[in-house]
Amino acid sequence: MQKITRDVLIDKASALLSDGTVSCVLGWKKGEFDYDVTPAVFTTHDELIKDFVFSDFCGANFSKYLVSKTKNIEGRILVFLKPCDTYSFNQLLTEHRFDREKVYAVGIPCEGMADISKVRAISGEGIASIDTSGDKMLVTTLYDDEPVEIAPCDFLAERCINCKSKKHVAFDELIGEDGDVIDSNRFDEVARLESLTPDERFAFWQNELSRCIRCNACRDACPACTCEKCVFDNPASGIENKSPANEFEEKLFHIIRAYHVAGRCTDCGECSRVCPQNIPLHLLNRKFIKDMNDFYGEYQAGAEVGMRAPLVDYTTEDLEPGEVFDRRDTDA
Amino acid sequence: MQVNEYKPLIVAFCCNWCSYAGADLAGNNRLSYPADVKIIRVPCSCRVNPMFILRAFQRGADGVIICGCHPGDCHYTSGNYYTRRRMAALFSMLDFLGIERERTRLEWVSAAEGAKFAATMNDFVETVTALGENKRLEDLRCKK
Repeated sequence: MQKITRDVLIDKASALLSDGTVSCVLGWKKGEFDYDVTPAVFTTHDELIKDFVFSDFCGANFSKYLVSKTKNIEGRILVFLKPCDTYSFNQLLTEHRFDREKVYAVGIPCEGMADISKVRAISGEGIASIDTSGDKMLVTTLYDDEPVEIAPCDFLAERCINCKSKKHVAFDELIGEDGDVIDSNRFDEVARLESLTPDERFAFWQNELSRCIRCNACRDACPACTCEKCVFDNPASGIENKSPANEFEEKLFHIIRAYHVAGRCTDCGECSRVCPQNIPLHLLNRKFIKDMNDFYGEYQAGAEVGMRAPLVDYTTEDLEPGEVFDRRDTDA
Repeated sequence: MQVNEYKPLIVAFCCNWCSYAGADLAGNNRLSYPADVKIIRVPCSCRVNPMFILRAFQRGADGVIICGCHPGDCHYTSGNYYTRRRMAALFSMLDFLGIERERTRLEWVSAAEGAKFAATMNDFVETVTALGENKRLEDLRCKK
């Protein structure tokens, strides 16, 4: 599959802007460094030429931005969607969170996005520039004139190594060729944790969640978290403005955050990508997805518009919570 | 010498139509169950938001039990079927995080089952007492 370049996307966006199909473009804008790319709205060709970027760091899932960006606009907004973003796109349409008529979705192929912490672990601190145009990433640091070469297998984000689909499930137009749904090993890590003893699992999560600083980035970036008023913004919760007193006190937030998106989470991995403390939050979501698949049949949120999620459905023959454990014990 | 015997704090969410009436029947029949059980009446077992359960644990409960009508007998036709799915997912997640699975339970108790209600509560309190204090889910910031 060919690598999509910035110019291809700018040409496409400019053409659609000039023929009036869309009135603005949701794209990526370069930040202070090559790796901090921020989503931005562009309205003219000149702006695109000036600021638009596309690199291996353009991992942001744009579906959530459509909820706010499609309000108060004239005409349609152009959005570039990677295969995993299209699942969130469908899921949000299922929940009537934005108007499909106001969006012009262009599917772009994706070979996986980079994880800056992995890059940094190899190149060291002080990254001056990153060139992602070739097959290998070239990272130049302040302390070395020779760029460091990093192969995709070493810089790809965890969610991209275990990519579940290269197939676009929603688009108006596609750049490049569509891929297929992949039979990935994404539940292996969840299964490994399940095989541990409860004490080991507790120790694992205590270690991970103790790093949480409650910045709420996972909630803010999650395409499934689109409530206008969030239950965690409750000033009467008793934990407002208090620092945790032990290592595991943010667990309520994490369990409920994962629970609120259970059955709606498309496993796009944004929560883990944005976490400044590198907590593997996607494992909580995947645990719910794995459970739903095991208990109530295979279900991929966002595969089609209008599907009924497992938690808003039932059959009279469902498993009792106790039977769930019995079954797991006999499997083990 | 006085011995401080450990008394667990148990929160029981009981549905108005079956389990709460079952608790009433247990009382009418003079069946005893431990006073550590604090019953909270809810209109239907599906009124119990998973947040309620975690909130109870956060504020110092040692065990939480949800009681509802038997499947098929829900006053609102299908509420307890949703409860069953929700709790299966939640309990499985708590187990995934390493929290003792015996601390949470879902039971079906009808209005005619006063004896079952008392027996269930006796058994649950015994189980939780054996586990001891809930340390893994408490939150010192909101504990009184």
